[in-house]
Amino acid sequence: MDSSRRRILQLLGVSALALTTRPVFNAFAKEAQAAGAEAAFKAGEKALQAKQWAMVIDTRKFHSEAELEPLVEACHKIHNVPKLQNKNHEIKWIWGTHYHNAFPNKAARFLAESVEHRPFLVLCNHCENPPCVRVCPTQATWKRDTDGIVFMDFHRCIGCRFCMAACPFGARSFNYRDPRPFIKETNKKFPTRMKGVVEKCNFCAERLAVGQLPACVEASDGALAFGDLYDPESEVRKLIKTNYTIRRKQTLGTEPSVYYIV
Amino acid sequence: MLELAIKGGKKYYGWMTFLTVIVAIGFLLYLRQLDFGLGITGLSRDASWGFYIANFTFLVGVAAGGVMVVLPYYLHDYKAFGKVTILGEFLAIASVIMCVTFILIDLGQPTRVFNVILYPTLNSVLFWDFIVLNGYLFLNILIGWNVLEAERNGVHYQKWLKPLIYISIPWAISIHTVTAYLYCGLPGRGFWMTAILAPRFLSSAFAAGPALLILCCLIIRRVSNFDPGRQQIQSLAKIVAYAICVNVFFFLCEVFVAFYSNIPEHMDHIKYLFVGLHGHGAYVPWMWASMILMLLGIILTVNPITRKNEGVLAVACVVIFLGTWIDKGLGMIAGGFTPSPLHEINEYIPSLPEIGIALGVWAMGFLVMTALFKIAVSVKEEIRA
Repeated sequence: MDSSRRRILQLLGVSALALTTRPVFNAFAKEAQAAGAEAAFKAGEKALQAKQWAMVIDTRKFHSEAELEPLVEACHKIHNVPKLQNKNHEIKWIWGTHYHNAFPNKAARFLAESVEHRPFLVLCNHCENPPCVRVCPTQATWKRDTDGIVFMDFHRCIGCRFCMAACPFGARSFNYRDPRPFIKETNKKFPTRMKGVVEKCNFCAERLAVGQLPACVEASDGALAFGDLYDPESEVRKLIKTNYTIRRKQTLGTEPSVYYIV
Repeated sequence: MLELAIKGGKKYYGWMTFLTVIVAIGFLLYLRQLDFGLGITGLSRDASWGFYIANFTFLVGVAAGGVMVVLPYYLHDYKAFGKVTILGEFLAIASVIMCVTFILIDLGQPTRVFNVILYPTLNSVLFWDFIVLNGYLFLNILIGWNVLEAERNGVHYQKWLKPLIYISIPWAISIHTVTAYLYCGLPGRGFWMTAILAPRFLSSAFAAGPALLILCCLIIRRVSNFDPGRQQIQSLAKIVAYAICVNVFFFLCEVFVAFYSNIPEHMDHIKYLFVGLHGHGAYVPWMWASMILMLLGIILTVNPITRKNEGVLAVACVVIFLGTWIDKGLGMIAGGFTPSPLHEINEYIPSLPEIGIALGVWAMGFLVMTALFKIAVSVKEEIRA
């Protein structure tokens, strides 16, 4: 009696398993098709292209936090970055900080006064070896091999925040609550985010695709340069060649793509 | 055998109801978190992991600790532990269930959790943690249940279980190793970047897990007709004694490396936890309490006179469990995030709803553990009768 009941239960279990695996296989099949479709994607005629996008920030051209404000504003406005009052919930893609925060391992006890009081712009470094990409369990953050931009897929992100722990630059923010009520003016051309996903700077990939430079570069009045790191003729390479530049936490081997002229 | 879990006395039902109430409160708070987002916790941009992940880490240890009864019995043929292996396995099941739940409630988008399977990513340690934890859960359910059922029916367990039992031993080590790798491979997090993080996790696991098991054995002896045995408890106590000594030794190794090398990136986190940094020191009393508790635990378990007194041993086990919990469940995660990569100090303090939800998960784990232990003990009583 007991054993026959068990047998029936076992059969039920196996058939339930069989029924539930089919949709999973279907999902995998769809996924494979989607991957095939992606290959047909074509860049626009005006799109700017590079092997690895990079930025050079001439910090000598900034004297106060207020001078950074228009750059930060330009970025946050077009990317629908909310302004949250609670500091714990804060979201930022680009912001100004002190030298000893931007470069904690290069902060000397005695420093040139101009450097000590100068604001430093910090943002995602779009590293060539990004640790955030390495740790993501769903490939929701990934490095585009055509131009080196580190992307976020807001729809795939499960919100585990492993990438935030992995990023040595504190470049990532998490939506601790629904951000939409805190966006002053929504830019309909860029997605807003939902609660529970991570976000960060995308080097204005959506602008590069239509031939425009990143918003912060455009608003910087020449203090920021943007271009292909692997093109010896690019503006960034020329600046790097003629100026002494530093990068944040270079010893960690992530190869940041944002260079600073001090 | 499942029916044994619902045949109990008044005390059993009272305890289960009590736990269910805490689970329900935790669940209601979690609904609030689902609605509002993780903003109801104390987490921030700088401290992006907190109480949930810390408890998860600690409980992976408790789960792995179960292997400390399985290994001597199956590998060294230490017969005495035959009586308690099932308790170790069932403790592991309950702990892993808590671990998985803690991970799930920590997700910003829990409904997307299956993306981990849909887009398997071999370079992500979290993917591997997902695999080893679920594998360990599966192994322990399969082994524990079948061995107990065989025992109830008075036959030897199925032959095919034997290889699985052997696999489960290194598997237990793997769950805590992989969990340590979540942290110790991250560039720019000086506190975690230490090759002995996995060994440290294991040593604290082999202290906390068996300590909890001893407490369970003492309670089971009191409330049932099954005696896990004095010899078994004493052997477990020796394991706890060694493990807690090794754990404190490993911690002192960390302190030496950080402070003799004098590298700020490594020192600052320890300073923050133990003496405070730039005027912030919410964890200072906790961390010293943890050290005192662990040292007291060493004194009480290493000294044969106190270890052999079961009343004192019970106190020692509570002390060690609490000490290792503060060390790993409180300091390990918060300490790693403070100061932040930009060397700013944004202290993480868990919020009340966050603590409530975590308590709910603990209660759920204890509910599962009580039910499983009830089944195991009832079977043992049946056999004896």
